[in-house]
Amino acid sequence: MKYLGIPLEKPKVAFFGFTGCEGCQLQIANKEETLADLLGAVEVMSFRLISSDKDDGYDIAFVEGSITTEGEVERLKKIRAQAKILVAIGACACLGGVNNLRSRFPLDETIQEVYGNHVIESGPVRKLSEVVTVDYELPGCPISKAEFEWLVRHVIVGVIPQLPQYPVCVECKQRIKTCVFDMGIMCMGPVTRAGCNAICPSNHMGCWGCRGAVDEANFESFIEILRERGFAEREIAERANFFNAFSGVDVIPQLEG
Amino acid sequence: MLYKTISKDNFRKMLEGLMENNEVMGPRWRDRDAQGNKIYRFLKLNNFDELELDYTRTYSSPKNFFLPFKENLATYKLGDSDWEQDIHYTIHPRVIVGMRACDINALRKLDEVMLKSVYPNPYYSARRENTIIIGLDHEPLEDCFCRSMGADVALRGFDLFLTDIGDKYFVAIGSDTGYRILNQYDAQDVTEDDQLEFKRAKQEIESKFKTQVDVTIVPELMDLEFESEVWEKWGDKCLSCGSCAMVCPTCYCYGTEEEVDLTFTHATKSRCLYSCNLLDFAMVAGGHNFRPDSHIRLKYRYYHQFRGFVEAFNQSLCVGCNRCGVACLAGINPKDVIDDLITTEKL
Repeated sequence: MKYLGIPLEKPKVAFFGFTGCEGCQLQIANKEETLADLLGAVEVMSFRLISSDKDDGYDIAFVEGSITTEGEVERLKKIRAQAKILVAIGACACLGGVNNLRSRFPLDETIQEVYGNHVIESGPVRKLSEVVTVDYELPGCPISKAEFEWLVRHVIVGVIPQLPQYPVCVECKQRIKTCVFDMGIMCMGPVTRAGCNAICPSNHMGCWGCRGAVDEANFESFIEILRERGFAEREIAERANFFNAFSGVDVIPQLEG
Repeated sequence: MLYKTISKDNFRKMLEGLMENNEVMGPRWRDRDAQGNKIYRFLKLNNFDELELDYTRTYSSPKNFFLPFKENLATYKLGDSDWEQDIHYTIHPRVIVGMRACDINALRKLDEVMLKSVYPNPYYSARRENTIIIGLDHEPLEDCFCRSMGADVALRGFDLFLTDIGDKYFVAIGSDTGYRILNQYDAQDVTEDDQLEFKRAKQEIESKFKTQVDVTIVPELMDLEFESEVWEKWGDKCLSCGSCAMVCPTCYCYGTEEEVDLTFTHATKSRCLYSCNLLDFAMVAGGHNFRPDSHIRLKYRYYHQFRGFVEAFNQSLCVGCNRCGVACLAGINPKDVIDDLITTEKL
């Protein structure tokens, strides 16, 4: 593999899943139109979804899911120790994701509700960066296949991948879509990082913030706008807290169990 | 300029004729808002009946037919020590029907930048030269302030411009192409009655302007009120979402990016429209941001529209369509911002 005559090293990559649905790994495995090119550009050491072969000699780890047990903490630390570059993929790994909703209720009640009297180990829901150092984040639920390949290309040629620093509105307007607010639908697009090509709002579904907060979002003004437009506190809280994308933003109404 | 009239039946035949060999774009309804009103957009027409000539406004301007939000500038085949560059900017002739005077005047402002500068933009030029524009008068909406901006009447920049005078259109002919097309469809010479109807229609339009923005001293005000707290007042509301620039018929700021494919043998260079309201608009190599504050970025957008462009081209960049005001969730709009600047001491 060469780029303008300069030999490129094929990075040794591995994929790992923690608490999550494996949907992000599936996005990578089923991008059939470019899968052959991807496999030509990287050496896959470990990827449970496509092969049972395992090799711990990887340099780049792509990690999906949030961290919920002590066992997961240990496993993630091992991966971190091996990987030169650790990439968090998906809303669960980058933000805590939907799983984090459970943290808003008493732990024993949630376990009782789902598992009855069966004993399971489950702790607080954490995003990867709360446990180890994360080099790059590819947010989204699920991740964008195109953005995954974009990141791989950057890593191979040694350029730092920089996610868009503008909100979803830009991509929505560029697709000349009707603003869902005009249709009476709430949307987190104005405060959420772009890169998804505004897939939800451009299909008349308001954004839920799965790509996390855009840099320096104006939450004060945004929440004020939601209230002025008549959205109820509960409605705002449900949407804004769904992916745990805006945790720590004090003007956002919180979900109460 | 030459003037003719065409019956509405013949106008329909003319458009159907144009549709046979060209892509024809016009206002179509796309969605309905929460109140049930139609939301329009310039889209390809598959037949005449899709065209809604009584449309109110399109939320986004037809600018993107000339300056696409993302366009491929060049593709490259990469070799070991060099590359082959491939550039295409030819397009098949096409037609846009139903453009407002403000949107046509917006194109003329873009022409100043894209066609008349030291380095004309061949991509824009190809699209501009190969697009037949059929304009259409309309009664101003509540918030149209194109009249204040001197953009309510189009005298150039179109091939044909229509004014509805009952069962026919009064047509201003702006180009040879327009003349040739019109004459294939039994266009008639203007009669005295037609002239009267035309004047009546124009007076009716003029009488319906409700929104005025006093822009006479705005270029000076922009300098004098550079430190005004007006900017912070509106900047505090601004979401820095870039929607204003995206829907604007004249905003043309852009960035370029180069991408290599996964086999590292092919690359593309593309151009993406950007907005000066976005956080990293003035970010430079090394990470320094010349405009980290939202209110400063907002100020510079107004500065370019109402001051910078005036200095360079003796006219405002803004045409008064208020699409930015409609798109802004925070309610920031040129009329209120400029009114505030004029009456700044009252804050």
